[in-house]
Amino acid sequence: MADTETRSAGRGGSARGGGARGGRGGSNGSKGPNVLQQLAESQVIKSIFRTGIPRSRRQRMMGVLNNVFLHLHPVRLPKHAVKVKYTWCMGGLSFFIFLVLTITGILLMFYYRPTVEAAYGDIIDIGSQVPLGIMREIHRWGAHLMVITVWLHMFRVFMTGSYKPPREFNWAIGVLLLTLTMFLSYTGYLLPWDQLAIWAVTVGANMARAAPFLGHEGPGASLLSIGDVNFVHAGADAKFALLGGRFLGEATLLRFYVLHCIGVPFIVMILMIVHFWRIRKDGGISGPT
Amino acid sequence: MLKQFFNWVSNPAILFSIFIVVFFFIFPPGEKMYRLHRRLKLDKLWTPVGGIVFFSLLAIFFLWGITDENFRLIVFKPDNIPITALLFLVPFFLWYSMKQARDNDLRAEKGEPPHEALDNEKVLVWPDLVYVEFICLILSMALMIVWSLFLKAPLEEPANPTVSPNPSKAPWYFLGLQEMLVYYDPWLAGVVLPTLIIVGLVAIPYMDINAGGQGFYSFRPRMKSISIFLFGFVVMWIFLILVGTFLRGPNWNFFGPFEFWDVNKREVLNNVNLSEYVYIFLLRTGLPKNILVRELFGILLILGYFAIVPGLLAQTVFKRLFQRLGVVRYSFFIVLLLMGLALPIKMYTRWLFNLKYIVSIPEYFLNV
Repeated sequence: MADTETRSAGRGGSARGGGARGGRGGSNGSKGPNVLQQLAESQVIKSIFRTGIPRSRRQRMMGVLNNVFLHLHPVRLPKHAVKVKYTWCMGGLSFFIFLVLTITGILLMFYYRPTVEAAYGDIIDIGSQVPLGIMREIHRWGAHLMVITVWLHMFRVFMTGSYKPPREFNWAIGVLLLTLTMFLSYTGYLLPWDQLAIWAVTVGANMARAAPFLGHEGPGASLLSIGDVNFVHAGADAKFALLGGRFLGEATLLRFYVLHCIGVPFIVMILMIVHFWRIRKDGGISGPT
Repeated sequence: MLKQFFNWVSNPAILFSIFIVVFFFIFPPGEKMYRLHRRLKLDKLWTPVGGIVFFSLLAIFFLWGITDENFRLIVFKPDNIPITALLFLVPFFLWYSMKQARDNDLRAEKGEPPHEALDNEKVLVWPDLVYVEFICLILSMALMIVWSLFLKAPLEEPANPTVSPNPSKAPWYFLGLQEMLVYYDPWLAGVVLPTLIIVGLVAIPYMDINAGGQGFYSFRPRMKSISIFLFGFVVMWIFLILVGTFLRGPNWNFFGPFEFWDVNKREVLNNVNLSEYVYIFLLRTGLPKNILVRELFGILLILGYFAIVPGLLAQTVFKRLFQRLGVVRYSFFIVLLLMGLALPIKMYTRWLFNLKYIVSIPEYFLNV
């Protein structure tokens, strides 16, 4: 193992945190052992970050291990894996943009009512009346960006052959996440309730109508019947299930709203947990063996 | 004129043909093609110089393009911005990955390990990874804020179910599927093919049993799989999205990048079904009443495509592949491949013979 760098020189008082005070970190500290450091040593900060200022190798490792968010990562990883050249950071960015979309989405939900009467007006108000009125912009452009980063992430994973065993299953989860990302974006597209929204969604919904067996204008649907009674008809088929009615309307808006804000994100989050967990369990980030 | 030339070249039939031919020279799927690829020095495209030349040409075309009003109109439509970005991002990352792949391939020829293997020394997540992530995060947040400040999110007139816009387009990431609607009915283009795309993507690691080239960029050890994947991703997904976005106007008619979107543009739709070709033009008997008799030839054609072609290929072109993969893997692979190839095949039969449907049973909504 080539990882014994023996950089553990400053291990001195590692358990008590920040051994060499002022000596290494205090190059800019002109007056005294500086306030920031004292703050970092205070009981409050130490109760939150138990390992203290991460100076020594041990502290840096413990800092990652003891932090619920950082411990998504391993403590150490091969050098090629931290290079943007290799990962393009696309997976991480996809996750980050997902978080940005969640936060801006929550803010938008304060103002937006998913009804045919109110939706369009609320969208206008969000842009003109609400302070920091670029939340919708960030949400929309961020959504586009996330679709792109997710595609590029898949592209990178393919080009580095990272889907190969033992990571086949995680690749499959990733494909589902990719699909759901687009479905999230699609359900969100309807919510402004403008011309762009309803007609773009109509294009998609008309495809559901033609689903084999499940759509009333799909091949095989007429076979699903007993005598004269059709099981699949305009009032009970895939399109009806998607739109919550024969036509795009109030029920569709509510349906898409619920799917967009809760239903799909819920599934996406579960799959993301699996995705991240499996990266670690499948041996961490891929690399040449 | 130059603009008319580009309008002409952008016709899907021509552009797609150029793409297909060029594609297999640039991403050779086999050893023979690869040697040709090297002899033609096409791999120089994946050097910094090649990249600069390529992107300069792309940028010059784009900058020259935006002097044209019609070009500007579609490229800078707010919701098209991501696709305009895609126009540069996908080629860039394609170049970036292929550059590293080429470097590693050249190293492999000299018997050296890939670049990534040199960096196998371990580093700590704090701070080595965390700060990279932090910078990426700040930059992307800055990008989103700037983008949002300067470009309002599009909002059109309030929804009106009685007035449909022309063209009415799906969100941009589905435009590849919508473009398929030109060639296939919704049940295939909108349901079966997307499902198969998902199934096919999931199946990749189970079909590609070549263990080489894992965890680093490479091309040569994985030529076949990369070539097939990129054909799907770049040509049949990204390219179709670009066509659907930039080159499809009112009535989903084709418009060149410098062409005005004229709502009254007429396009002759004289597409003919296979059954009509056979019974009306060839046998001159008129269509038979019985559906099965009428569609017999189309059904036989499709059955043959999926039942006989795989066997034939397994005996000839894919002989070695068949032996390596075994029956089950090979069956999955070949069915997915044939389904994928069904799209370009249908495109060409449309362009060359005006063929509408191979099997057309509108009585049961079954049109292929």
